[in-house]
Amino acid sequence: MITPLRETLEQTSLFLPTIAEIVAVRDLTALEKLYTLALPGGMSLGHEPGQFVKVSVLGVGEAPISISSSPSRSNGTFELCVRRVGDLTNVLHRLGPGDRVGIRGPFGRPFPMKRFQGKDLLFAIGGLGLAPARAVINQVLDERGKYGKVIVLYGARTPGDLLFKDELETWGQRSDMELHVTVDRGDATWTGNIGVITTLFPKVQVYARNTVAIVIGPPVMYRFVLMEVLGKGVPEGNIWFSFERRMKCGVGKCGHCQINHIYTCKDGPSFAYSEIKHLEEALK
Amino acid sequence: MSFKILPKAALSEWIARLLTTHRVVGPRPFHDRFIFDEITSPEDVHLAYPTTLLPPKKYLLPQREELLRFDLKTGTLEPVLDAQPTILLGVHTCDLHAIQLLDRVFNNTYVDQHYNARREALTIVSVECLSPCTEFSFCKSMGTLSVTEGYDLHLTDMGEDYAVDVGTEKGAALLEGVEAVRDATSADYERLNRTLSEKWPRFPYRLEADVSDLASLLSVSYDSDLWEELGQRCLGCGSCTMVCPTCYCFNVVDEVDFTLNAGRRYRHWDGCPLQEFAVVAGGHNFRKTNAARQRHRFFRKGKYQMDAHGLVGCVGCGRCGEVCLVHINPVDTFNELARRRVPVSRRHQEALT
Repeated sequence: MITPLRETLEQTSLFLPTIAEIVAVRDLTALEKLYTLALPGGMSLGHEPGQFVKVSVLGVGEAPISISSSPSRSNGTFELCVRRVGDLTNVLHRLGPGDRVGIRGPFGRPFPMKRFQGKDLLFAIGGLGLAPARAVINQVLDERGKYGKVIVLYGARTPGDLLFKDELETWGQRSDMELHVTVDRGDATWTGNIGVITTLFPKVQVYARNTVAIVIGPPVMYRFVLMEVLGKGVPEGNIWFSFERRMKCGVGKCGHCQINHIYTCKDGPSFAYSEIKHLEEALK
Repeated sequence: MSFKILPKAALSEWIARLLTTHRVVGPRPFHDRFIFDEITSPEDVHLAYPTTLLPPKKYLLPQREELLRFDLKTGTLEPVLDAQPTILLGVHTCDLHAIQLLDRVFNNTYVDQHYNARREALTIVSVECLSPCTEFSFCKSMGTLSVTEGYDLHLTDMGEDYAVDVGTEKGAALLEGVEAVRDATSADYERLNRTLSEKWPRFPYRLEADVSDLASLLSVSYDSDLWEELGQRCLGCGSCTMVCPTCYCFNVVDEVDFTLNAGRRYRHWDGCPLQEFAVVAGGHNFRKTNAARQRHRFFRKGKYQMDAHGLVGCVGCGRCGEVCLVHINPVDTFNELARRRVPVSRRHQEALT
C-alpha cells in the first residue's frame, strides 16, 4: 500500500514534514544543483506537473521549491532544482547524498495537462523557470502522442547559466520537438542566439487558436513574453504561467503569497492569463 | 439553548469555582488599560471593561507559537499541540465575531490542527456590550454589536444579575452545581429585553456606507488616490495588524537552542503592512509600496475575507485606529472611499464620451 505524502498533512500536524533522503546531487551551474530525493518506504510524492513542495532543513527553516521531475519519471524518487539564493538554499547546497531534509506537499494547483492534450505547446521559459517547466516538458515527451507540436524557447543570462544542458542537447536532437535557446550575453564558445527571450519568437510559427503557451520565468519576463504570445494570437485562456511568491505555510493561511484575494500556494501557482489579468498584483 | 440567571453577588464564587478546574483568562487592569490575562483570583476580572490592548485571539493564535520540536542529533521531530483547557471570560461580541472568522480560516481546505487543538480546549464566556468601548469603536456599523452563536455562555449585565444565555453543553457544564444559578422567569425575560433594546441608541453609527456595501465599495475603489495618500502617511510599523482580532497572517521560523542539538519551529504574527512581507529570496518585493500594502490590508478587511469566508474581515473593535501613530483608521478610510465613489451613471457617461 503506497501512501501519498499529502495524507500526512491530515494526521497530527499540517506543518510536520516527512524526512526524505538525498540520494544524488548534481551540479547544474555555479548557482544551481539538482537533488534527487527519496521518501521513506511505502510513501509516494504523487505529484502532478506544476506543483511544489516545502523543503525543510531543521534548524534553518523551510522554503517552497518547484518539483523538477515529471510524474512519468518519478520511480519512487523526485527531483528538485535549487538555486543558492536565500538562507535555506545556501545551507541546502552544502548537503550531499545520505543527508536528510524535510518534505511537505505536494502543494498547489498543477497545470491542467488534460486540457493541454491535442494542443500545440509553446514553452517560453526564462532562467530558473526551467525547473518547474522541465516537469511539464518531460511529461509531455513521455506521452508524446497526446499533444500536438512542442516548441521550447529557453533564455538564460549567459551560457554558463543554462540549466539541464544534457537534456537541452537531447531535446535539440529530437525531431518531434523544436528547441530554441538564447542567452543575454554570449561568451567565446557560444555560437547560438544572443538576446532576450523575445528575440526567439520570430523564429517560431504556431497555429495560435490551437496553441497553449506555458510561460515561466522571472517577474520581469512576463510582461514582454505576454506581448509576444498575445501578439501571435494565442487565446488568453490558453496562456499559462507559474508564479513565484513568498510562501511560509503552503496551505493558504500565512498570507504571504496573496495576489489580491488569491492565494498563490493554493489557487496557483499555475494560472491562466484570463484568470489573473484583472489582478494588478499578478504580473508586477 | 436555555436562559439562566446568575446573581452578581455570586460571580466571585462562580469564578473561584472555575479556577479550581481550568486555566481562566479574562480582562484585567494593566496600568491604565485592560488586557486579557490569566486570572488567579476572582477580583482580577473586570467584566465591565472598555476594550483590551490585544484581542483574545492570542489564546488561539499566540504571538509566538511552537509548531514542532526537533532533535538535530537524531534528525527526529515531533509536532507540538497545546490543548490546555481554558475558559475565556468576558469576550466582547466584536472579538467573538473575529473568532468565528478565524474558525473558518483555519478549517478552510486544509485543517490546522494547532489552531483546532487550542480552539477545542477553549470555553468562551462572552459578555453583551452595553456602551461603546472607545471613540474608535464602530461595531454597530459593522454588525458585530450582538451575537447569536459562537459562545458557550453569554452574559448580559442587568444590574443586580447577569442573564446567562447557555449556548452549548460545554457552557452548561460550567454552571452545573452552582447553587446561585436559577432558571429565568418571564420577568427576567422582560428585564433582558429592556436592557438589550436600551443599549442600541447608546452606540453611534460611524460608517457612512452600509456594511453589506463595503465589498462593492472597495471593488470600485481599487484605483482610488486615497491609497497613495495613506501610503504617504503610513510608517509601515504593522501595529494595526498586531492589535487586530481578525489578522492571522504569520511567519514560520526555526530556532536552535544553545546546545545546538535541539530546536523548534514556531510561527509568529506577521503583517501585510510590513515592508518585507512579500519579499522572496533574491530580494524581489511583490508588494513594493506602502500604498499597495495599505490597500491590500483594507481590501482584506472589507472585501477579501467576505468573498472567501462569508464574514466581514473587520469587526469594528477600533484597536487599529487607536494604536496608529499617523491616525489611519478603517472608519475614515471607508467613509472617504464612499465620498469619493464615482456614481455609476457618471462612470457610464465618461466611458461613452
